[in-house]
Amino acid sequence: MTPTPVLRLLGVGALAIALAACGAPPAKESSSGGTAAATAKSAADFGGVDKLVEAAKKEGTLNVIALPPDWANYGVMIKAFTDKYGIKIDSAQPDGSSADEIKAAQQLKGGDRAPDVFDLGLNVAVANKTMFAPYKVATWEEIPAELKDGEGLYYGDYGGFMSIGYDAGKVPAPTKVEDLLKPEYAGKVALNGDPTQAGAAFSGVMMASLGSGGSADDIAPGVEFFKKLKAAGNFLPVDPSPATIESGQTPVVIDWDYTNAAQTAKLVGKADWKTVVPTGAQIGAYYNQAINKDAPHPAAARLWQEFLYSDEGQNIYLQGLSRPVRLEAMTKSGKVDSAAAAKLPKTEGKQVFQTQEQADKAKQVLTATWAQAVG
Amino acid sequence: MVAPVTTSAGGGAAKAAAPGRGPARGNVLAWLVVVPFLAYVGVFLVYPTVLVLAGAFQDSNGAFTLSNLTDLMKGVYLQAFWRSIELSAITALLGAIFGALLSWAVASGRPEGLLRRVVVAAAGVLAQFGGVPLAFAFLATVGFQGFVTKFLQDSLGVNLFSGSAWIFELPGLTLVYTFFQIPLMVIVFLPALDGLRPQWREATESLGGGTWTYWRHVGGPILFSPFLGALLLLFANAFSAYATAAALVSQGSPIVPLQIRGFLTGEVLLGQENLGKALGLGMVVVVGIAMGLYALIQRRVSKWQ
Amino acid sequence: MAVTAKPPRKVAGTVLRVVVLVVLGFYFILPLVAMGEFSTRGINNTRSLDSWTGIFEDPDLVDSIVTSVELAVLSSVLMLVLLVPTMAWIRLRLPRMRRVVEFLCLLPLTIPAIVLVVGMAPLYAWVNYFLGDSPLTLTFVYAVLVLPFAYRAIDAGLAAIDLKTLAEAARSLGASWGTVLWRIVVPNIRTALIGASLLSVALVLGEFTIASLLNFETLQVQVNLIGKRNAGLSIAVSLACLVFAFVLLFLLSYVGQRRRVTVVED
Repeated sequence: MTPTPVLRLLGVGALAIALAACGAPPAKESSSGGTAAATAKSAADFGGVDKLVEAAKKEGTLNVIALPPDWANYGVMIKAFTDKYGIKIDSAQPDGSSADEIKAAQQLKGGDRAPDVFDLGLNVAVANKTMFAPYKVATWEEIPAELKDGEGLYYGDYGGFMSIGYDAGKVPAPTKVEDLLKPEYAGKVALNGDPTQAGAAFSGVMMASLGSGGSADDIAPGVEFFKKLKAAGNFLPVDPSPATIESGQTPVVIDWDYTNAAQTAKLVGKADWKTVVPTGAQIGAYYNQAINKDAPHPAAARLWQEFLYSDEGQNIYLQGLSRPVRLEAMTKSGKVDSAAAAKLPKTEGKQVFQTQEQADKAKQVLTATWAQAVG
Repeated sequence: MVAPVTTSAGGGAAKAAAPGRGPARGNVLAWLVVVPFLAYVGVFLVYPTVLVLAGAFQDSNGAFTLSNLTDLMKGVYLQAFWRSIELSAITALLGAIFGALLSWAVASGRPEGLLRRVVVAAAGVLAQFGGVPLAFAFLATVGFQGFVTKFLQDSLGVNLFSGSAWIFELPGLTLVYTFFQIPLMVIVFLPALDGLRPQWREATESLGGGTWTYWRHVGGPILFSPFLGALLLLFANAFSAYATAAALVSQGSPIVPLQIRGFLTGEVLLGQENLGKALGLGMVVVVGIAMGLYALIQRRVSKWQ
Repeated sequence: MAVTAKPPRKVAGTVLRVVVLVVLGFYFILPLVAMGEFSTRGINNTRSLDSWTGIFEDPDLVDSIVTSVELAVLSSVLMLVLLVPTMAWIRLRLPRMRRVVEFLCLLPLTIPAIVLVVGMAPLYAWVNYFLGDSPLTLTFVYAVLVLPFAYRAIDAGLAAIDLKTLAEAARSLGASWGTVLWRIVVPNIRTALIGASLLSVALVLGEFTIASLLNFETLQVQVNLIGKRNAGLSIAVSLACLVFAFVLLFLLSYVGQRRRVTVVED
């Protein structure tokens, strides 16, 4: 009987030591690009845009993550970048969340597959500042001050407002959030994700709150609205996706206006998909671009950034019916694609953008009450 | 019969006494053979588990705290545990009963017969594929665009979803889970049924007993322990199941595995991974109890074989 | 056994049997039929095989199928290499370790995959450091997940042969331990090994939790992803997997029939 307990003890002991000693593995040498590219803070550090393009082309690949092709026209953006510079883009996890992007960067750190650039909700961007490399694009000055971090760690790239997308052939056109409580919408209203997990759904509940008498500080009326929606039998607990919209499973979708608007073009002939930003409930948010500090392809990452914020890139965002961050400046300079700008979903009245503190407060309330409301 | 003393590439140098007697001086070297296995399991199974269990007791700075556990006891999380337990218990019971019936139907047929082969192969497959494909299969059957839904709608005018979209909530999960619980039951229970010798049946009859007597006094008691053991296994299986629920349910996280998913992938509430680990600890405790009982029952059952 | 009239209990028994088989058969076959029906829906109520041919046209999907198949093979091999020598050795030399190994092999069932994956991330940082980050590194985890099922199968196989006698005989004829293992034990428990391997193949092909939360693109992860864009295609792939695994296991049941060995239990 003696060996077994001894062995077990040894095993446990070894484990304890291992646990104590274990930390992260030593960082690998960066496999590509000199350290110069990794610390460049602007195109000037490369010696001009041409040198940047050269360095990026030498790297040859760019890793992006969580960029669905239908989202803010990223499909077109990726193709345009590849066509222009010949740099191959590897698009991982198109359906990932912002948190997935950070997790992937942490897990794949030092490897060739790590994401080079991030496109994050503000929440996740602020929380993970230490993972980003500062870089100021050529058009830095034209980005509104409240939408960028002072050091250039992250800044807004495109944004939109929360909207209601609907199949005009199946349901009447809603103008206010409360319209969705009507019996014509029974079993038809879907929210894009779980608000305690997905940023888009969280803003959806904020929109409902604004439309039900709440404010940027108060999310409770929004939760109450969904509770009523569920009680009326109108709430559909299905995750909407291009497939569900096309098949008619989710005739009404609460999501960003650019995501909803992207479906209109796709569904021509199959469904009459329209998007409306409800009056009095206009909550907007910008997504933020950042460069991975440990990017395997630092020059390509910075070139991608320059491309996104160039007139060409911003217009591609605009054609995807999202609002590029330089919209105001480009409208003034006349470089904006006015035909695309005219197609943006109309917003009138007060536009609300939540601050970080308001968002944090709302989250506490949401976590405590959401499950009960729709569970 | 003296085994030649050899050093070989295969099993390590063992200065052994004749095989059959217990290990003598070659003791330590004999242990060496199992070290790779133990080390492997230690690294890839025990270590991650210990990490999770330890993390449950840490706050975000690594200090020891019980706050994660106390948070578990309230509101949403406690409800999730209850719902998980409820779901697992119901589907375990349904799976056990119908699985036992199916096993009986198969066992009373020919051992080499086609029916048995088909059912056993199908059970082996369906017990493992209880994830994404199964969720889709059910959506294809009774989802909004499903085969049966359309059929009922068109021919009988019955709308399966007039009340609510139940298939994406707990009732739907219950229906889908039984789809892999029953095959698992068949896999686990069929050998027990095979252990019922036909001679016992004949003996009962020759003593004047009927079907009821046989099952009540012979079959029942013998099968009781394996049945209970299988029930526990099914419970543990349903409790741990994640993939099917992840594919079906997107709103709210009614059961614990989905709660854990929320902590891992959620982007709204950040920095709460240790609470997720505490949930993991809770899961391990519940499943551990079920599996512990299962192991105890297995010991008893093996006396019959 | 010709009997003129079956006794009533036999009739009742048969009726119950048929009822059970029909009802449950219906319950299981219906979703599979529905999958077939859904995946062959064309536009405007026609039948079309587009979803099925689409499987080969999607490069990501094909990649993930290849990855999963490779993983299945590697995990089976790793599991066999770990378990067979260990279990045989324990039976021969270390009977006291039997409980420990049995417990360790039951442990993966006790620790839900979703909990395991939470603790896996730091471990996989090390694995990626040493081995790069191919999805094939999932082999290590999968070999662990498979242990409970493989253990039962191999244990049953080892119990059915008289291992001690065979090993003694071989050793007394001068065989090394390696020869004993490779040329005596393995051929005799071949059926059990095939069974254990097929169980691992079925498990690996069906595994979703760990692959998705560690962000590797295996078949199940890809199917889930495609399901959001193209339901018909993902259902076609799922059905193909089920049928494939079923055919494998079905054929296995014929393989084990060829020899009947009468065994003296000790």
